[in-house]
Amino acid sequence: MTAAALTTGYVGWGGLAASLALVAVAVAISLWQRLDLERSLMWASVRAIVQLLAVGAVLAFVLSPHVPLAVSWVWVVFMVAFAAETIRRRAPEVPAARPLALASLGVASAVSLLLLFGLHIFPMDARTVVPLAGMVVGNSMTATVVAARRVVGELSDKRAEVEARLALGQPSHEAARPYVRSALRTAMISQIESTKAVGLVFLPGAMTGLILAGEQPVQAVLVQAAVMFLILGAVATTAATMALGLARRLFTSDHRLVVPVRSA
Amino acid sequence: MPDWRRRRRSPEDPLTPLFRFDDIHVRFGDREVIAGVDLDVEPCRITVLTGPSGSGKTTLLRLCNRLDVPTSGRLVFNGDDVASLDPLALRRRVGMVFQRPTLFGGTVRDNLAVALPGATEEAMRDVLDRVGLPTELLSSAGDTLSGGEAQRVCLARTLLTEPEVLLMDEPTSSLDAGATRVLEDLTAELVEVGLSVLWVSHDLAQVRRIACDRIVLMDGRIADSELAAEYLGR
Repeated sequence: MTAAALTTGYVGWGGLAASLALVAVAVAISLWQRLDLERSLMWASVRAIVQLLAVGAVLAFVLSPHVPLAVSWVWVVFMVAFAAETIRRRAPEVPAARPLALASLGVASAVSLLLLFGLHIFPMDARTVVPLAGMVVGNSMTATVVAARRVVGELSDKRAEVEARLALGQPSHEAARPYVRSALRTAMISQIESTKAVGLVFLPGAMTGLILAGEQPVQAVLVQAAVMFLILGAVATTAATMALGLARRLFTSDHRLVVPVRSA
Repeated sequence: MPDWRRRRRSPEDPLTPLFRFDDIHVRFGDREVIAGVDLDVEPCRITVLTGPSGSGKTTLLRLCNRLDVPTSGRLVFNGDDVASLDPLALRRRVGMVFQRPTLFGGTVRDNLAVALPGATEEAMRDVLDRVGLPTELLSSAGDTLSGGEAQRVCLARTLLTEPEVLLMDEPTSSLDAGATRVLEDLTAELVEVGLSVLWVSHDLAQVRRIACDRIVLMDGRIADSELAAEYLGR
């Protein structure tokens, strides 16, 4: 490791190669315990390097001064589209998962970034737009998948209760409310727990990165806190948009439940 | 307590059926569950729909409060096309008790409040009394009740919406003989004071006990009189 790495967190090609020793440890464990995961571990590591290098190259282009800010926003749109497709694949039993995910992530990105930039918490430039949108989209994906799968699961498992409510003359949004609420709580609880444990159990990525890059810890903490609140708001917005949109989709306009049969 | 008697149909209007099924077909995917049903259901009686499993009894019942809709054909309720009625208003006029007692979380009081938000304590006590349950049960949690008690709470919950018709979807299939008789007697009393009942049952002894009219369904069609007699005579 170079002297620069020891003082500023700078990692060179040599440092990257050296860090592969840790992958070697994982491969060794896989071999020792006959986990048959060696190929997966190596493939995942190679893929991560290639993907990150590609992203780094694109970021370098986007961040260069002559490139207009609009390019960053185009990237954000691509990120949202890719995340929506990932959500569709992770929640195959959810009807209309892709358009609902697009709407959820779109709404969450718009709301949270508007607030962040509108309130001048961060300056709006290429250096902030892409990473912050990445935080929003990346962290909201899991909550969106959980919200979607839980809504379908709840309305499917509790079908008898939901139909008993409909049979009493409750409109569909009212009949679905207790089950959507339960799904939303499940989707949000993990992010709330992470927010509670931050600093005590783990140091989050943005803060770790800033400290490794030589930033003052207090400044790193302030950035990290703002990012965590951004993520908390984004997770709530995406999960709520997905859950409510999906609940609408699972009823007809004449208040009949048309929840799909679950495969598992 | 609502006056059920005021809904008794006028003698001058004896010909309008309660429900008229006019060439009703229901298809779920590739499967035709109801394959052309023409039927008039008379008011102020217990009409029992019976037949083998999978013959379409429950589906036919669920058309009456629009939990399902026909693929083709016309269903008329008291002279109005069901498709043209507001489904939420229809469901309060055509109440339903399901096969398994389906209580929501919370107490009996919470359950009754779902049917009629803002219902007075007196209305809740009256309706429990009507289904033969002690009013002290109001504060009991739903999951502490026996199957028979829970099903009677479900009936009470439905009665709070003051329905004209009760759809009973095999409501005694998970109850013991005593609880079954209680529910049958309660339903007969409700018919006495003007309610109309459509009751799905595959229990032929029960059909003989409660039915004013018997409709036998087979493979999504109404069985002809010979097949029906053979089925009922088993």
